[in-house]
Amino acid sequence: MVDEKPRLAVFKFTGCAGCQMELLRLEDELLQIAERLDVTYFMMAQSKFDLGPYDLCLIEGSVSTPRELEELKRIRAASRVLVAFGDCAVAGCVPSIRNWISQYKAESSVYENTAHLVSFRLQGIGEYVTVDGVLPGCPPHKALILEAITSALQGIRPDLKYHPVCVECKLRENVCILRSLGKPCMGPVTRAGCGAICPTYCRECEGCYGPMSDANAEHLARLFKKNGMSDDDAVRKFRKYAGMTDEFRTEAGL
Amino acid sequence: MRSRRASVCYIPRVEGQGSIDVEVGGGGKVRRSEFAIFEPMRFFEAFLKGRKFHEVHELASRICGICPIAHQITALRAVENAFGIQVSEQTKELRRLLALSAWIQSHSLSVFFLTAPDYLGFDGAVSMAAEHRDLVELALRTKKLANDVGELVGGRAVHPISAVVGGFTKIPAKEELEPLLGRLQRARKEVLGTAGIIAGFNYPSLELRSELACISSKDRYAVNEGRLVTNMGLDATEADYRKFIVERQVPYSNAKQSRMAGRGTFMVGPLARVVLNHAQLTPGARKAMKDMELDLGSSDPFMNIKARVVEIVYAIEESIGIIRRLRLDVAEQPARGRTGLPCAGAALTEAPRGLLYHRYAFDKSGVITAADIVPPTAHNSAHVEDSLRAFSPKVVAGGGDLSLQCEMLVRAYDPCISCSVHAVVL
Repeated sequence: MVDEKPRLAVFKFTGCAGCQMELLRLEDELLQIAERLDVTYFMMAQSKFDLGPYDLCLIEGSVSTPRELEELKRIRAASRVLVAFGDCAVAGCVPSIRNWISQYKAESSVYENTAHLVSFRLQGIGEYVTVDGVLPGCPPHKALILEAITSALQGIRPDLKYHPVCVECKLRENVCILRSLGKPCMGPVTRAGCGAICPTYCRECEGCYGPMSDANAEHLARLFKKNGMSDDDAVRKFRKYAGMTDEFRTEAGL
Repeated sequence: MRSRRASVCYIPRVEGQGSIDVEVGGGGKVRRSEFAIFEPMRFFEAFLKGRKFHEVHELASRICGICPIAHQITALRAVENAFGIQVSEQTKELRRLLALSAWIQSHSLSVFFLTAPDYLGFDGAVSMAAEHRDLVELALRTKKLANDVGELVGGRAVHPISAVVGGFTKIPAKEELEPLLGRLQRARKEVLGTAGIIAGFNYPSLELRSELACISSKDRYAVNEGRLVTNMGLDATEADYRKFIVERQVPYSNAKQSRMAGRGTFMVGPLARVVLNHAQLTPGARKAMKDMELDLGSSDPFMNIKARVVEIVYAIEESIGIIRRLRLDVAEQPARGRTGLPCAGAALTEAPRGLLYHRYAFDKSGVITAADIVPPTAHNSAHVEDSLRAFSPKVVAGGGDLSLQCEMLVRAYDPCISCSVHAVVL
């Protein structure tokens, strides 16, 4: 049917719901989006749901249980465009820090009885299925979310940023946190999109958008250490939002 | 009468992944009453070990995307208590403003988007907007305003970035905050105007005698600090929390359940706060309480919905007061404390959904050696089951839709399930 609206689905896996909250922060656009799209799956926001097919599917969270893995494969088969929505879905984000702890140790340090627990090391969804788009960030800025939705509606490539936070930081005319203040800023290796908020708020970037394309993490780690950072602190720095990514894993100690 | 079972395998319109399994036998006897949380585990308490004191709040923030501000402030206060850091009055006020913005944001989402559709007969806010566009737009405006306050003070509304140990990396200028006053005034009026609609909902009733718990302070409605109090006479410091509240694991759920040691379940959240601290509410909030005929002797979980509206009005009025009062010193730097010795600190705050506890122990170089985090939904989860047990036979006797009514009861607590999976002692 020509006038049938595209169908949007929003799923949550292992994550904090912050990306869905950022989506709901599109207060000025939400009702318009709802007019142009048929929201067919969004458990946090509505009771009705259907099992697909979906034209655009946003998945928040990483995969850490067999149930999620099964669900992910089902959703992939039902979705035309599948987007990894936020850092957890991309490469595990902050919860991936636990991948450096053995499964038994993680479970037994939290629960007395581990017999009924079902969980494995967490991974981004791209580890298991083909992903059509990636929205980085913890959380991805609402402008990026809107860009992803509108471009999917038009069937065009979204205008996402691949350069480092430094570009946005220069445009805001901030003093360089790394060079001028000597603070361990992750800006040079971190993907833009946030608007360089941390340097604008007088603090170093922590890297919450994950690596930019072609990031030179090794050099930045060396610079941090030259400025007096301990080896352990450097590992903590890279083992935070994107320790599992190819770009950061060596510095994160994998 | 035949037996009835309500099995909701994924409760909609709540944050996170939880289920309800209730079974009422032929004689009205409840055979099962389970509020299970199948939200996957993320092992925060395990991986926080080995991390540094200055990043605790940043990592703990990721426990929850709806109440990151509450987790940040609680973690910061626990760290500051451990290291003996005294923060300035300005920092306390800005943190209060930040926390209140989270209350407004979270409560308006809960009341207007997650709860109202139940009572107005819709499956969600989007379909509700077709008939109640004004109400949905009002709620969106209020939520946006709250996020704007959070963004200005914290740098970002979801997972703020400028609150750090000892204070803020950047203090907003008075000229930046003042333009919000007009919008806050308007929101105050608008939310007060919805009291009639919210009061008019056809609430199921559930009279339970429950212990209600929250923090309370002498000078004002407690948000970020206070003593742990209950309507059954408990009055304790945050450091003594573990002497009074104990946890246990249940096989069907990934969240632990809390109880008062030697007593039983208890309820935390907006109703507990309004009942215990109502004397400190602002005039508009008191008016909302009166307009909605909120009974202060009640511990009916459904009354949390009215209490949320009261608290939205309170949070708006208190935010107006703070913005007017504040004399901002934009040059202020975060306070520092002593280091070099092993130490530990705990903090209790009021997240939008209720009592939130964090405790951390550190070694001499400031690395975490132990973490204990108990979010509001973990405090409430055993109480939710008690409520379902008392409520379900009444629904069956009245011929109501057992699944839907049980869902509505759970939604009245506004559970935050991602949070709840992290109740833990190391």
